[in-house]
Amino acid sequence: MTAKGVGARLPRKEDRRFLKGQGEYVANLRLAGMLDVAFVRSPMAHARIRAIAKPRGREAEVFSAADLLGVRPIRAVSGLKGFKASDQPVLATGKVRQVGELVAMCVAPTRAAAEDLADLVELDLEELPAVVDMIEARTRPAALVHEEWGDNVFLESLADDDLSGIRRDAAVTVRRTIRTARQHMSPLEGRGVICEWNRRLDQLVMHSATQMPHINRAGLADCLGIDQGSIRVIAPDVGGGFGYKGILLPEEVCLAWLCRKLGRPVRWIEDRREQLSANANCREHHYDITVYADARGRLLGIDCEATVDSGAYSSYPFSACLEGAQVSSILPGPYKMERFRCRTWSVATNKAPILPYRGVARTGVCFALEVAIDAVARALKMEPHEVRLANLVQPGEMPYLNITKKHFDGGDYPEAVRRAARMIDVAAVRARQKRAETDGRRIGVGFAIYCEQAAHGTSVYFGWGIPMVPGHEQCAARLSPDGGLELRIGAHSHGQGMETTMAQVAHSVLGIDPENVRLVHGDTGLTPYSTGTWGSRSMVMSGGAVAAACDEIAGRVKAIAAKLLEVAAQDLVLENGHVRVAGTDRKLALAEIAHVWYRKPQLLPADVDPAGLEATAGYKAKVDTGTFSYACHAATVAVDTETGHVEILDYVVVEDGGKLINPMIVDGQVFGGTAQGIGTALYEEMPFDAQGQPLATTLADYLLPGATEVPAIRIDHIETVSPHTRFGQKGIGEGGAIAPPAAIANAVNDALAPLGVEITESPLTPRRIAEAVMKARA
Amino acid sequence: MKAAPFDYARPRDVGEAVKLLAGAGEGGKPMAGSQSLGPMLNLRLVQPALIVDLRGIEELRATSETTDAVVFGACVTHADIEDARVPDPARGLMREVASNIAYRAVRNRGTIGGSLSHADPAADWPSALALLGATVILEGPGGRREVPAEKFVTGVFETVLRTGEVLVGVRVPKVSRRARTGYWKFCRKPGEFPQAIGGVLDDPERGTVRAVIGATRGPPHVLGDARALLSRPGDAALLALADAAALADDAYDRQLHAVALRRALERLPA
Repeated sequence: MTAKGVGARLPRKEDRRFLKGQGEYVANLRLAGMLDVAFVRSPMAHARIRAIAKPRGREAEVFSAADLLGVRPIRAVSGLKGFKASDQPVLATGKVRQVGELVAMCVAPTRAAAEDLADLVELDLEELPAVVDMIEARTRPAALVHEEWGDNVFLESLADDDLSGIRRDAAVTVRRTIRTARQHMSPLEGRGVICEWNRRLDQLVMHSATQMPHINRAGLADCLGIDQGSIRVIAPDVGGGFGYKGILLPEEVCLAWLCRKLGRPVRWIEDRREQLSANANCREHHYDITVYADARGRLLGIDCEATVDSGAYSSYPFSACLEGAQVSSILPGPYKMERFRCRTWSVATNKAPILPYRGVARTGVCFALEVAIDAVARALKMEPHEVRLANLVQPGEMPYLNITKKHFDGGDYPEAVRRAARMIDVAAVRARQKRAETDGRRIGVGFAIYCEQAAHGTSVYFGWGIPMVPGHEQCAARLSPDGGLELRIGAHSHGQGMETTMAQVAHSVLGIDPENVRLVHGDTGLTPYSTGTWGSRSMVMSGGAVAAACDEIAGRVKAIAAKLLEVAAQDLVLENGHVRVAGTDRKLALAEIAHVWYRKPQLLPADVDPAGLEATAGYKAKVDTGTFSYACHAATVAVDTETGHVEILDYVVVEDGGKLINPMIVDGQVFGGTAQGIGTALYEEMPFDAQGQPLATTLADYLLPGATEVPAIRIDHIETVSPHTRFGQKGIGEGGAIAPPAAIANAVNDALAPLGVEITESPLTPRRIAEAVMKARA
Repeated sequence: MKAAPFDYARPRDVGEAVKLLAGAGEGGKPMAGSQSLGPMLNLRLVQPALIVDLRGIEELRATSETTDAVVFGACVTHADIEDARVPDPARGLMREVASNIAYRAVRNRGTIGGSLSHADPAADWPSALALLGATVILEGPGGRREVPAEKFVTGVFETVLRTGEVLVGVRVPKVSRRARTGYWKFCRKPGEFPQAIGGVLDDPERGTVRAVIGATRGPPHVLGDARALLSRPGDAALLALADAAALADDAYDRQLHAVALRRALERLPA
């Protein structure tokens, strides 16, 4: 570990602009002649479009589906057997299938004027029954979202097993119905798109707040029917993604078409109202879960029927089924068991298309399983953390192939629980619970543990049928004439601090100061292809590619230095921006070597690699199943049983992300993820009425956790190096958002168990808690 | 989320403001801190033809004090009260209420007059000023008139303001030295709109015991004689009060209002 390389808590380079408000986001860009777009969005969740009337005299400023000749619908087809494909028209055609669906595009010199124009467009809609509840959508549909299907199921899957033996042998059978609410991802920066047609290059240039510019480029090419070379996608600074920006947007296709039609740049910046009313698109699951255990709390098996509310369309590229496919493969969590059966349905409803939100299905399955395990503990009068210890995969069993064939690469899951139990001080909570609180509140403690697959590759995504399959990741590296290093990668930071961490990797390989390393990313015109930043993959995949490219540059540099210093290449070490002859003080700066390559080739060795100081290398983790990080979260809460208000008194995280490239950034990821998890646990919910209208469409109703809701989170680290990655690092970006709903629900249920109350629905709002208490007392 | 077009005027005195508002009729809206009106404009929930900005009127930012009362100009901000730049006739209650309205950024601009006139049931001033027995001062084409605060708000976002009338000030009687107050509200998180408000004023020197139940589906409900509450009635009595007053939707709402009132009582100093 050095002060500046892998393992260093290096302050982030990008913060120099971010903390001064000098970041450059899509909304900061000003292009000459740019016009603003406002969309007419469907006011109804489900309706047939009878007519769209453009305001008289302004027809040339308003565009509907009929105008977008030659533009193909967005289509994301899962390869899984039985998946029902459908089209997502970029502007509504025939029917509208969600409140907020794009119906028409209005263009004007300012956004305000475009909104004025949008107000004048008249929609003639014939309302149809809305498909809102995912269970009824499947079992008793009031209507069909996609009529040609015959039902409302994108995909059904079954991982079957014979449970007859464990049903017979189980001393404890816990069956629960568990629901998690629909949510909105709420990045601080919303979506934003600027499209312009560059006449010199004969190329569409799209600036978009996207997590995957190369994928958006591919999707645009499909929809517009043009070749990919005619498209350049640039993601500038992006203010948070969390999955919200991992999508080809209908707005992007519309604007791409429009800028060419008008011959002027066009812009659409999503506002918070649009975000909330049109795009609540994640986390909504339903579980009917049964857990079988023996008298000692050992898990015999799990039986589950799970439903994922996938919204109206299959989003590109992840498709409508990623989350449903994940549920059955990850529900067992980090536990051992004999039997596992899981049926899942990905159901279509009249809501926004589902997108994978930080943690994806794992947040929901962790909630379902961990809440059920606490119920098992209560049934057996065992401490919940002891039940977990009795069932976790043991460190001596690693690497472990679990019941759904997940390859856990390493780790000490029980140690995470033991440490969390010590840090949260279960004994003290138990003692406190015996004394009544002076304010009448009830105290409880709860745990949740998960393991998280990240940087998983080709075979996994192919196996899940996702239309976008990641392969190798590349990095193009080059030394500039003055010895600076430029790294180009296809992944893109939207908060991960890659300008710093990739520089740290370069420092560890080349000895170059991170200050002299420049990261180029987010631009399809400048970077190698990548599926982008999602699934906690970047540090493993792009980090590995950066290291591989730097290895190559190191070889080139040493070959030149060997000639200049008249030694063998293997006698050279790279450190502090220099190449030094080992055991001596003789050295050359990287800048000097670069100067020779660029300016004094007469001094180069005769057999110098003609590719010079530029190299592209590719990388993939040694196993396709990726890495498994894991963490145990524990929370202590105080519950006001009259109002239902929950205060988090203490929150601890014991996590293992393998070798941490920048522990400070990892801590930041854990804090941020946990804050979002607290939102899921206690605050965030998008309710819909029977007509499919979203009911929390401003931040007054959709509550986000802020400084007053997030306690000081205490983090402890375990470091089990992964055998499959370049530095032993594991993907860690999503973990914080996975466990909090389970840990907090378990803490609340621990507090309220003496009252006979158990909450199995998130968020655990004050109303839900107080009503459960009132009901139990009645 | 951009406002529809509107005309904007910034009069320099109340007379000019009244003339502009009377002339605009239903199409005119007064604006002070715009902390409620601003979002409504941006959400296009209201689309007035004319906005009359009151902040240029010096008289509305002034506060005056007599032996019995303090008169706050309509444009005194919540921050002015929180920071004690103006007197507190309630011996700390107004400062306490002000300091818990929304967020500091909102309090820097939000005004006492705006809060009352907007009459959001979840706002603090309509309930707190009704509790304190304040009087609202209005000015319109027909001249100046005064209305007790507890009669000013008639429903959700409804007041007795007539077309062309604007709230210019509020007179709050001073509580006596031995007066006790208690105020408690339930918010899902600090800074958000409360779901229930309870307030109690016990002023033996003036022979006054009042209580208020706020953040209901109607106007704040004032108990002009709340003596019975001081002997700490049980939950059943409080629930019955909440029922009668709160126009509550369901058992949880009712419980919240009863709890708010009880916790306000508990905050009365011994």
